[in-house]
Order: sequence, then C-alpha cells, then structure tokens
Amino acid sequence: MSTSNIELPAWIEILLIPILNILMALFFAGLIIFAIGENPIDAVRIMLNGAFGYDEGVGYTLYYTTNFIFTGLAVAIAFHARLFNIGGEGQAYIAGLGVGLAFLALDGVLPAFLLIPIGILAAALFGALWALIPAWLQAYRGSHIVITTIMFNFIASSLMVYLLVNVLIKPGSMSPETREFTEQSWLPFMHEVLGIFGIEVTRTPLNVSFILALVCCLLVWIYIWKTRWGYALRTAGQSEAAAIYAGIKPKRIIIITMSISGALAGLVAVNEIMGVHHRVILNFTAGYGFTGIAVALMGRNHPVGIIMASLLFGVLYQGGAELAFEMPKITREMVVAIQGLIILFSGALALMLRPVIVKIWLAIKPVPSAMQHG
Amino acid sequence: MDSLLNAQTLLSTLDATLRVSTPLILCAMAGLFSERSGIIDISLEGKMLFAAFAAGTLAAVTGSAWIALGSAIIISVLLSLLHGFACITNRGDQVVSGLAINVLASGLTIVLGIAWFSQGGQTPALASESRFMPLELPLIESIAQLPYVGPFMQSVISGHNLLVYVALLAVPVTWWIVYKTRFGLQLRAVGENPLAVDTAGISVSRLRYKAVVIAGILCGIAGTYLAIAQNAAFAREMTAGQGYIALAAMIFGKWRPVPALLACLMFGFLDAVSIRLQGVSLPGIGEVPVQLIQALPYILTVVLLAGFIGKAVAPKAIGVPFAKER
Repeated sequence: MSTSNIELPAWIEILLIPILNILMALFFAGLIIFAIGENPIDAVRIMLNGAFGYDEGVGYTLYYTTNFIFTGLAVAIAFHARLFNIGGEGQAYIAGLGVGLAFLALDGVLPAFLLIPIGILAAALFGALWALIPAWLQAYRGSHIVITTIMFNFIASSLMVYLLVNVLIKPGSMSPETREFTEQSWLPFMHEVLGIFGIEVTRTPLNVSFILALVCCLLVWIYIWKTRWGYALRTAGQSEAAAIYAGIKPKRIIIITMSISGALAGLVAVNEIMGVHHRVILNFTAGYGFTGIAVALMGRNHPVGIIMASLLFGVLYQGGAELAFEMPKITREMVVAIQGLIILFSGALALMLRPVIVKIWLAIKPVPSAMQHG
Repeated sequence: MDSLLNAQTLLSTLDATLRVSTPLILCAMAGLFSERSGIIDISLEGKMLFAAFAAGTLAAVTGSAWIALGSAIIISVLLSLLHGFACITNRGDQVVSGLAINVLASGLTIVLGIAWFSQGGQTPALASESRFMPLELPLIESIAQLPYVGPFMQSVISGHNLLVYVALLAVPVTWWIVYKTRFGLQLRAVGENPLAVDTAGISVSRLRYKAVVIAGILCGIAGTYLAIAQNAAFAREMTAGQGYIALAAMIFGKWRPVPALLACLMFGFLDAVSIRLQGVSLPGIGEVPVQLIQALPYILTVVLLAGFIGKAVAPKAIGVPFAKER
C-alpha cells in the first residue's frame, strides 16, 4: 500500500519527521566519533561549550551563522520554484569580485554612508549575474540548471584565481589578494556596535551583516508568502501547467528567482569581505555555498527553519574548531562529514521514515466519533 | 613554441593525456550506466574519492594491490547502493543524494585518514610491490623499430599500468553491453520509459540497482588508479573535481560510450597541455592563462548543453523517481 497520500497532522510533518531525520544524522556522526576512539557525548559537550560557553565563542558561532543564513535562503527560494541552485559557492565568490571592483575604484573617494550600500549592492548584483546565466540557459536553452550551476562553480573558481593572481593582486605582493580597502568601506563589528551602548564583549569577526541576514529572512518570508510574485513563484514550482494556465510565465519566474537566489548567496561576500577580511582573498567562500544546501534542506526551506539550521551549523563550525583543539584525533573536516549526513537524512532520505510513522499514526490516532469511512 | 611541436614532446604529451584521462574514462562509463538507467549520478566524485582512500589504506595495511582494488570496489559499490536506496527505494532526490555522498566522502576520508595515520590526511607512501606498476607490452622492443607507428606504440600506448588498459577496455565493453545485449536494451528502455519496461514485466528497480552497482565498480577502479597506480598514496581531496569533469565528458559525449571516450581524451589532453603551456606565448594569441585551459572542459560543457554545438539530449526519464502505480 502506498502511504504517500495519507495525511499526517502538521506537527508530525513539519516537526517530528525533520527532527527524527536530524537525530539519525547526528547518531551516525556519533558512531563515526566512536569508531575513531573518542567519546561522542564528550564531543558534544566540548562543541556546545566552544560554541556558547563564552562570549568569544558566541561571536564566532553567529558569524558563521550569518553566512549560512544567506546561502540557506538562496537555496531555499530556488527550491520553492523547484529549481536546484548548487551554484551558491560560485555566486558568492563572484560577488566578492563585485565588492572588490567597486572598492578598488571608489574606496578612497566616497564616504562610508555611500560606500557600504554600494558594496552590498555590488555583491548582490554580481551574485545575481552569476546565477542569471544558468537561469537564462535553463529557461531559454533547456540546459539542466544543476549541471550548469556546478560548472559555473568551477568556472568562477578558475576566473577568480586568474584575476587575483594576474590582475587584482596588490602591486609588488606575492600572495594572490587585493590591497586592503580603506576603513570607510568596513562594516562595523558587533563588538564595536555593542561598545557604543556600553556593552563590553570580546573582539570577534561578528559584524552587522548578521542583522542584514535576519532582515533578509524577513524579506524572503514576505516575498514568498505575502506577495503575488511569491504566489507566482510557488505556483510555478508546484505545477508548470497550472502556472501557465494562471497566466504566469515560468521562464520569467526562473530568471527572477535565480537572480534573487544568486543575490542572496552573494551577500556572503558582504559578511566575509566588507565585514572581516577587508580585501578579496582566494577561497573566502570556504564551502559556505554548499553548506547552504544542507541548511535549506534541514530548515525545510522556511526562513525560521533556516535560522535554526544555520545556528546549528554555526555551532558545528565554531564548536568543531574547539573540538579539533581538544580532541586531536578529530579534525575540523568532521563538520563536513556531518554536513554530508544531514544532506543525506534530511534531504535524500527525508521520506524514509514516513511509511513507518504513517503505520504507527494510523494505529494510535484518536478516532473522531463522527467519522465512519476513515 | 618549437619545443611544443617537436615529436618527442608531442609523444610525451599524448602519453600524459592517457594517464590523466584514465580516471575520467572509468567515471564517464560509470555515469553512463547510471544515467542511461534514469538515475542522475553526480556522486562519481565522492565514490572515486572514497575508493581512492580505501585503496590507499588497504594497500598500506596489507601490502597487496589486489586487496586494495577489491576493497575500493566494495566501498564504492556500497556508496552506489546507498544512492540506490535513497533514489530508487525511497524515491529521494537524485541530485541531493549524490551531493550527500560527495560531501560525506570529502569530510570522512580526511577525518579517518588523520585519525588512522596522523599524516595530515595522507595514507602512508607505498612501495612498488603494493601498487599497479607500468607494464611493457609484449614485443614492444621490436615494434618500436617500425617507422612512425613504432615510437607512438612505445611512448604512448606501452608502459602504462594495468588499470589504464582496463579503462580503455571498459569503453568497447560498455558499448557492447549497452547496444548489443538484452540487459543493455532494457537499460536504455528504463531510462527513457520506465512504465513500458514495467508493463513488460521487468522490474524497474532491479534494473536501476544493477546499473548503479556497475557504476560503483567502475568508480572503484578509478579511485584505485588514483591512489595506488598513478600515485603512491592517497592524498586528501585527491580527486580534485575529476568526477565532475567525467560527468561533463559523459554529457559532452551525449551519453554514448565512444563520444564520451573522445571527450575524456580531449579534456585529458587539455589538462596535459595546460602544464606545458604555463608561461609559453603562442604566436598570434599570446600567453594563454592556465586557468582558462583548466576551466575549458566546464565552459565547453555549458556551451554544449545550451545547444550551441549540437544538442545533448538526456535520457527522458532521468531524475524522475519511478512509482509503480497500483
């Protein structure tokens, strides 16, 4: 008997099953730690302490969280239109190019209140452009967006290496990075902002782009669920035929959605370059684009879920660094392995438990007295 | 420029082409089996990486290249079965499942490598007894005396390890299986119209499982080649995107064995040439950036997929989970 048509109560669908999936992923992560010869419970304790135990840890955790919110939202909005954007990594990387070009040209000239919006717009614009090409190819030339966005990640990587080594490199320097931008282009750090209000916290890379990330969550929520564009996007994602019948143009949806998705991924460059490095460096995206896929799957493509999933990954990244320090046998790449497990259980195997849960639910559910035919 | 065109350099470039193309060819054939059956396989990269790790580990521990090959194949097939379990049995998203395998392999091979060997993610360097070493073809000394053909046979075709020849053999075998056997006919049918195959009383699931297992075997050989034939140890992230290049080559070959082979050789040639072209100025063009040549396989694939050079049409049922309606 097929169980996919049987309805389950909302709390089972959107809370119980996702949580069980994450627990399975974490269980297997625990098994790996156990197999290496360390105690998984101790590992969790060290991680949580590293992530939340002191204010520096919290700062780093939220700094990582910021990146994951951006890339998670990018993947999620595309998912709603049934588009799989694997290209967040490349889009964020090229967005860094946008910020770099804008600041190399303008940073000695303009004041901060102009530079910062220009930097953010440049990041969004370049990220959007790098997503726009695969979108156009999918909409008008029929190429598969998954394959083209994968290819565009590699092309972005080669392009950035070439530009940083040959063109944008600081004159006379050996390491492939731009010169440092002037201080007017820097985003304020959170420890500075909080300092204004008399709250003393330790210096961390956490900066105001964290607030930008939360604002983006709200905007994405409004866009998807409260505007007619979002309605068109979701309709096109559910059924192309229905969308066309309703007068929605699916090709346009692909173009617009992917542009927004690329722009959101591009905001990683705001956090990393405008907020932390203050120059364009090689590989500043560090896999955040790929983590966005795990975040979106785990957060079920909803901004609230994405904030929670991003926080979890922030804990894993920051706590993972602490863990690598305390347990030398476990390295930071453990976080990548956990990410793989989460993509597996929350994504590919998301429906694995459902038939079992349907059986259990049918056996124990309270039967309404008026119902006769089940 | 002169040095690039002289016969010796050309022969050694072709020799290098064959060496770097080998894992591409094996993975492209792997992808072909999987995708012809209707299962997207972006996890070639992850399976190859895990297989390379298994081969490097087992060769270091047992000293036997054959045990290493066997265990690499087993690991890779297990990952294939996981992919099958997610996409065929549980009808999960094929791209997500493939991505999960790639990310998992990328993280876990480093974690386990460091935990077991404490060499920064590398497996111990291997002695030649526990590797697949270059073989001289029989009679090659006398063949080498022939004009033109002789040097080509000696420098390019002869002197590779066994797995290079396995890769070259995999292409005609794949062609024969896909186009000349009953299984191949069913395989192509299930990728185009699974419902018709189901109606004919053949199990769609079993066919697809067979296809992904074959893909696992081939990726296992490719990984073994990287770790214990081309190199003398596993190194972290040693696949370095070659699984994706193989995927691109298979698409470039329009899901057909011989054109896919040619695409692999072309991408391999670009790779071999890019090392030689570093800092060389070509007449009329100037210096070609190495990064451009490295990105060329991806750019060409995008251009091809966009239908600007011929049309690449994927199997019709690809990516769609099959639901047996009752």
